[in-house]
Parts: sequence; structure tokens; C-alpha cells
Amino acid sequence: MGLMRPALLSVAERKAAQGHIHKIKFDTPFQPRLDALMQTHEWYDWAGYRAPHSLWSEELEYFAIRSQSALFDISPMVKYRIEGPDAEAFCNRLTLRDVTKLKPGRVHYTAWCDDSGHVLDDGTLFRLTETRFRLCCQERHLPWLLDGAFGFNVTICEETEEVSGLALQGPTTCALLKAAGFDGIETLKPFDIRDFAHQDGTVTVSRTGFTGDLGYELFIDTRRALSLWDRLWDAGGPYGLRAIGYAALNTARIEAGLIVANADFITAETALRADRARLPDEIGLDWMVDLKKGPFNGRRAIEAARRDGKARFVLVGLEIEGNVPADQAIVYHRKKREVGLVTAAIWSPTAKRNIALATLERPYGDSILNDLWVEIYALRELQYTRLMKRAKVVPKPFVKLARRTQTPPGDF
Amino acid sequence: MTTWDAIVIGAGHNGLVNACYLQRAGLNVLVVEKNDWIGGAAVSRELTPNYLYSNCSYVCSLFRPEIMRDLELPRFGLQVVPYEGGAVFTQDGDYLAAYHDHHAHRRDFARFSKKDAESYDRYARDVTRQCRFIQPLLLRTAPDPASFRPRDLGELIYLGRKFGELSAEELALTIRFWTMSISDFLDEYFETDVIKAYLAISGIIGTALGPMSPGTAYVLLHHYMGEVDGSVGAWGFARGGMGAITKALADSFRASGGTIRTEAEVDRVLIRNGRATGVVLADGEELKAKRVVSNADVKRTFLNFVAEDELPDSFVKSVRNFKMRGSSGKVNIALDSMPEFPALPKNSPCLQGDLHFTDTIERMERAYDDWKDGRWSADPMLDIVIPTTLDPTMVPPGKHFMSCFSQYCPPKVEGREWTDADRDAFAETVISQIADYSPGFRDRIVHMEVRTPREIENEVGLTEGNIFQGELTFDQLLFNRPVPGYAQYRSPVHGLYLCGSSTHPGGGVMGAPGRNAAKEILRDLSRPVKDMSPAHDVI
Ligand SMILES: Cc1cc2nc3c(=O)[nH]c(=O)nc-3n(C[C@H](O)[C@H](O)[C@H](O)COP(=O)(O)OP(=O)(O)OC[C@H]3O[C@@H](n4cnc5c(N)ncnc54)[C@H](O)[C@@H]3O)c2cc1C
Repeated sequence: MGLMRPALLSVAERKAAQGHIHKIKFDTPFQPRLDALMQTHEWYDWAGYRAPHSLWSEELEYFAIRSQSALFDISPMVKYRIEGPDAEAFCNRLTLRDVTKLKPGRVHYTAWCDDSGHVLDDGTLFRLTETRFRLCCQERHLPWLLDGAFGFNVTICEETEEVSGLALQGPTTCALLKAAGFDGIETLKPFDIRDFAHQDGTVTVSRTGFTGDLGYELFIDTRRALSLWDRLWDAGGPYGLRAIGYAALNTARIEAGLIVANADFITAETALRADRARLPDEIGLDWMVDLKKGPFNGRRAIEAARRDGKARFVLVGLEIEGNVPADQAIVYHRKKREVGLVTAAIWSPTAKRNIALATLERPYGDSILNDLWVEIYALRELQYTRLMKRAKVVPKPFVKLARRTQTPPGDF
Repeated sequence: MTTWDAIVIGAGHNGLVNACYLQRAGLNVLVVEKNDWIGGAAVSRELTPNYLYSNCSYVCSLFRPEIMRDLELPRFGLQVVPYEGGAVFTQDGDYLAAYHDHHAHRRDFARFSKKDAESYDRYARDVTRQCRFIQPLLLRTAPDPASFRPRDLGELIYLGRKFGELSAEELALTIRFWTMSISDFLDEYFETDVIKAYLAISGIIGTALGPMSPGTAYVLLHHYMGEVDGSVGAWGFARGGMGAITKALADSFRASGGTIRTEAEVDRVLIRNGRATGVVLADGEELKAKRVVSNADVKRTFLNFVAEDELPDSFVKSVRNFKMRGSSGKVNIALDSMPEFPALPKNSPCLQGDLHFTDTIERMERAYDDWKDGRWSADPMLDIVIPTTLDPTMVPPGKHFMSCFSQYCPPKVEGREWTDADRDAFAETVISQIADYSPGFRDRIVHMEVRTPREIENEVGLTEGNIFQGELTFDQLLFNRPVPGYAQYRSPVHGLYLCGSSTHPGGGVMGAPGRNAAKEILRDLSRPVKDMSPAHDVI
């Protein structure tokens, strides 16, 4: 058996870490660069980090994603290293998809459930080597992972602070990386991972992202992180590189139809109200559930729910009349019966449509698709205008870009 | 001679809450209090010039916001200020901090164990789920399970439905919460001693049980189900000390026409033909009333104020059996400057919160062992706050008041009465523990008030010095509090009611017993309940 629990820290190490309270909102290693670029002073709290909501213009930052290159600091994302002879078996038991099909040097988007089949989180599982994985996600799961590791020869470490990350997204990103010396980057296919030299170490690059566009995510040892930013920045000028905040990214991810834990669904371990937890089938992740593989957490409950028709909700994409975003709007059937809630909504600058992600109570959104409406309260100069707008269930993503998957990618 | 519509015995916060509601409903109410001050265990007194103490209770969370609103307490000066966090000093020179900010809190736990740091969220969720279940029960009279009256059946159905809303796992957890020891419960979430020790404190405060005794997990819940301005589980300081609560209540009561008499100790309740008709004071004065409400604890009320032959034997027996064991002491200290704790970073927000020195559950359990042997703990578990770090009204600028609650302290010392020498020796265990972590501490002391169960009983009238007027173990809650069949604020004597912490939902500065009792009294009078807003929804 490998070491399952991280060793407790020594007194000296503990004391050295006491000072965290002097800075309640942590900095990522890229903070000096973000601070220098920050003009709007719109920060928000991302899991205890001071992260930019926007840096100079929410709207223009979005267009950097869709027309040039956008750089977004993803360091606050929670990361776990799972390593050891049984790492594959452990991950396969933990998550919904078949990890034996995930080859070293590949990453997949997945989710994991508790024993009741309720989703604990979604995230990306990187297979860095035969026996080493990295799980990236929104929420924290160390106790769940360690408890589940019983009987597996694996070591599990939380490495959020040790590993920093940047998302580089947009049509010129491949060209930018080539110019920055990432030789051969153009051969990277979607969900491929490759190590590149950086300073005296390496940077791990994956062709992934949260925008539905061409793009990459770069993970690096925190000690070498700042110079990675500079390397990209120095090469980025001719490619229109801009740093962006979460607002722009959020617009892009809604267009891509991607969900966010604890925004579009409540994770099982944070739900104070037991009825808020969701099965994968209730949040649009049914395609992940691989019943051809062996046992995994929640399998029995998910199968039973399918057999008994117990999935009560369905997460759908909506296209809504007009141009007023329907944030948090109630969805109605025949303008009368409440059947669901919009969890994310925007006017899509790329699709030129009014789009939304919504959770509906089946059979609405499932077998009953007609006559759906959303009630929008548009606050304009201290007065609400109440709009009842027709909504149509449409397939996701709302925006599908050929360049996302094309290999080798074009230069723009 | 006036015949009062109601006489309330005791100006503790529950007596005052009860009196306020009755007076507002149109009754003519007299409150009689034995001391020359009001407030019972929610009191602020100036025992040395320029220093105001919170002599007994010292932090506020449980006090129901519905009551603050109904009785217009803000208009009478009440303001509760939430505080930041706290710390346990460890014997290796470090400390564990609890911070208001979620992530700062996690980071401090992560200094000890990353796993525990992340387990905390799961733990907090489970505790919060249980609190959400219990909170709505606070302002409801407990149903009598043996009765078939429609309202009892209705309440039973309500309870049943509440249970029905729980998922299978939650229901299992509920039962475990009501029966487990806090130590076993915390073992299921955490691996680090000091983290467990910090979280266990709420399970033993005021309780004659150790952290390893079954039942202490519920005591923890009792301390978590309060709120400050909607922030569930938060604790705060009443501006002006805990006496500010009872002062505001008294002012509200008088403003609505009520009368308070201090230095009026009740000797017994007058009973004619099985009906309470007034009280007799210690000096022999008789006061007549149509009904009598006792804010004193259940033992004092029925074993002292009422002749035994007025009560059924089984009732008297149950009252005698009601567990009300003193287990706490307190030292209030006036300081001429802010004490230093070199282990903490400069300007640590922990100084505004609760401070502790017991860094393992084992030490807590050993402290309890001393109590079982009839001694005060040689190495006590202290719950310290310095409210004057946030409250500018209690002492002059730069001076401080430190409240040191000590667990455990027995009602009798090895079976005999407390002596002054015992009391001083008890105080020394407290001071020396603080001085170990705060150099120069003794030199800052201007004045000290030391309260063992003897003082608490003699001054506040809490039998054995039990701070909750009866332990908060599950056998003494809901329809079993204080006596099965008499959990609805009434007693075997017609017109004699209880309204103190001995009744549902129990102790702490909460006001709920006083309010619930008022509702029952008005129900017996078939009077509409006035100025009593419905309990806030838990949504
Ligand atoms: C040391 C200590 C610390 C505490 N800390 C906290 C805390 O931090 N937070 C918290 O929420 N709770 C705390 N508590 C518990 C809380 O203070 C009590 O549970 C609560 O105040 C009890 O209120 P009550 O109105 O029910 O009864 P009491 O406050 O006991 O009121 C009873 C009143 O009746 C009077 N009385 C008794 N006998 C007679 C008589 N014969 N004639 C006339 N009057 C009589 C008494 O003088 C007293 O005023 C603490 C208690 C103590 C003792």
C-alpha cells in the first residue's frame, strides 16, 4: 500500500503558514501581471482568490476570445494528483466515464457521484502518464477521494497552490504558441496533452478549454509560473493577445453550452436541502455514464433511477424570443404552470440569439417541448418591465466552431 | 389591594419576554425579582468603577430575532454585533484559528491537515442541515404524544412531516446526532486533535458530560442553531454586555405599562383549591394575582415555592429526577490594558473572538474526570472572550473586560460546600492557564469576579448553578422538558406556569421559552395573541 494520507505538517511548517490571514483573498502567481493590467478594478472571489471579473472591458474581452487570443488565469481551479499502480482503477471507480480508454497524454471531461448517484462535481481528468492523473474541478473533494482510495495503491495530493494554470483561448492561439517556441503544438489534437520545455523545467499543455473555441490550457509549477505568462505575452502582440476576466469567459462558455458546478446545478456535498442534489441524467451528463465498464460510485443508484424513471429534472438549452437575457427566470408551460428555472442566460454575440441554460422538471424539456415560456423581469430605470417570452428547446452547443477541433488549426 | 392579571417570578430574560407579551396582550403584569438588579443570567453589572461585566452569559446568538422585533428591542437600545472567529492555542506554540472568511478558515485548518480543512465543509453542511430541521421547533410548543387533543395531534403530524422531509441519510444522521458523543461524531470527519478539540467545545459548554459522553453531539447543535441577523450559527456581543438584552426588555415592558419590583424575593406561591392565587414574599408580603408564571427553574419552583401536598407524587419525583447538575464556573476580569498573546500574529482577528487553550479532546475529558471526582478541573477548558475589543461602551478606551467561562466546576466540592478558599483556588486554575500563554497577564488585572456554582446559584438562583436550568440531553428535551405530560408550560397547579429555560426549547439566552409560555397562557385565556409575529420561515 502506498501512502494514502498526506503527512501532517511539522510545527515549523505550520507556523510559516500562519500569515495567510494578512491577505484574506489570495494572489495567484500571475497577480503582478493582472494588477498591472487591471483597469476596471472589478475583482471577484474565486475560491478564496482575488480574480478579475473584467480587466478593461467585459464586452471587448469577449471578442478577444472569439477573434484573437485571450489569456485567463485558471490557477484557483482545485487540482488533485492521483498517482500509483492503482491510479487507473481508482479513477475508474471514482468517475462516470471509462478511464481504461483514456490513454496517457489524453484528458477527458467527466463527473463523479456519491453513492446515491448524485453528482459531486464535474471536471477534467488528465492522464499525465500510465500511473499519474490530475483531476481539475471547482469544488473540494479530498476527504471523498481519500476515503474512496481505501484498498487502492494510490497516493492522492491536493496541489492547487503548487500547480498554476493559464487558459489561452481563441483563433490565433496555435499561431501564438508556435511563435512562442512551442514547436509542434499544431499537431496537438483536441484533448491531447504534451509537455514542452520551459526554463529549466516543463509546462504541460492540453488542447482544452471552457470556451468552445480553439484553445489550450497550460499547467506549470507555481515557482516558474510568472515567466510563462511573460513568454506568452512577449509573443502575443502580433496575435492580438489580451488578458480577460471571468465575465467574458462566462459568455463564451454559455455559448459552448458548458455548465458550472454550483451555478447550473448544486453539488451533492454542498446542498443544504437534500432535494437539490442531481443525478447525471438531470444535468445533461447522461452521456458520460458508461455502463459497459465495471462498478463505479453511484452506478447502482443511476441504473435504478433509469429503470424506475426517477430522473426528475432535465438540463436543456433554450432559445428565447427577443434580446433580453433571462437570468434566473422562471420557465412556464402554457404561460401558467411553473416547470423550471433558467440558470445562465445571455444575448449571444456570436450566435446573435437570446440563449439560456435551464433546468426543467420532466416531462417538460424531455417529452413536452411545446408551449414553453420564460418570464423576464427587466429592470429599467427603477421599473420592472415584465416580459413573457416564448422559449424553444434547442441542442447545445449554441455556438459550434469548426476551428475548435480542426488539426492542425489555422493561424486565425 | 391590586389583583394582578399575572405575576411573573423572576426578571431573567425569559421572565421579561413572557411579561412583555402578556402586558402587550392587555394583561396587567407584575414582575418580582429577588435581586436588586434584573436580568438573571443575562446581566451586565459594574462591580468595580468604570468596568461593566457580562457577569454570566457573555455571547449572543440564540436570542430569537422574532422576539427582538415584536418587543421593539432595537428601539430600546439593543444591538448585537457579530464577532470574527476564534483560536485554540496549542502546546507547541502554534494555534488553530477559526475565521469568518470561508477560505481563510479552510486555510488555517489546512495548516494542520488538508483533509480536515476540506472535511469541514461536509461537517458544516451536516450540522447546518440538522439545525434547519430543529430551528422551526424552537418557537412551537412541543406536542404531548400521549394526548389526543386536535392541536397535539396537529403538532405531532407537523413533527412527523418534518421527519418525512428528511432523506434516509439525514434521518439516520438526526438519530445519531441526538445520541452520539461529540468526540465520536467528530472522529467521523476529522483526524487532527486540535481541530476536534475546537469543534467539541460547543458540545460540553454548560453540560455535566464529557466530550466522550453520549448525548453531547446534540448539545453542539443547540449552540449552532442561533443566528445573528440571519447568519445561522454566528455569535455576537450584545453592545453593553448581555445585560443590554434584559435592559431593553425591561424598558419595553415598562413602556407598555408593566411593573417590575426588585428586591422582592418570592418565598412561596399562594394556592387555593389547587389554583395559584398569588405569591408570598420573603418578608411576608402577599401579592394577589389571577395567575403566576415562574421564571425560576423547575426545581426551585416546585420544590421550594409550592408545598409538596399540592402536587402529585409522580410529578414531584420527576422534578427531583430532572438533571440540573452544575458544571461551570466563570471568572470575569477587568484589565487595565489589552493582554498579549505572542503566539498570535499582530492584530489577529482571533482576539475579537473566542480563545481557548485545550488542544485535545483527551484534555477535555480529563477535565471532566476531575468534575466526576467532585473537584474543579485542574486543567480546565476555558472559553474566553474580550467583548471590549468590539464594544466601546463597557470600559474606558484602552481598558478591557475579559470573560472566562470554565468547564468543569462541580456544584459541591468532594461532597461538601464550597469555601472562599476553594473559590480562590478555582480562580487560580483559570488565571494560571491564561498566564501561560499571555506574559504579564497577572499585572494587568484590576479586579476579578469569581463565580463558582455556589455564586451562580446564590445570586442568579440557578439550582446547583446549572446554566441552562436543566441539562440539554435528549431525555430532557421536547415533550420531556421538564416533565413528561407537563411540557406545555403548565403545571399540576391551575394558573401556575413555567416560562424559564427549564422548559422547551431549553437554556441559553434565547427567549423562546418565555414567548412560548405567553402563547399558552393567552390560549388558556382565549385571548388573541397580540404583537407575536409568526416564527420566521426556514426556507
Ligand atoms: C456563567 C453562565 C454563562 C452563560 N453563558 C451563556 C452564553 O454565553 N450565551 C447564552 O446564550 N447563554 C449562556 N448561559 C445560559 C443563559 O444565560 C441562561 O440559560 C439564561 O440566561 C437563563 O434565563 P432564564 O430567564 O430562563 O432564567 P434566569 O436567568 O435564571 O432567570 C431567573 C430569574 O429568577 C430570579 N429568581 C430566582 N428565584 C427567585 C425568587 N425566589 N424570587 C424572585 N426571583 C427569583 C433570578 O434572580 C433570576 O433573575 C450562561 C449561563 C451562565 C450561568
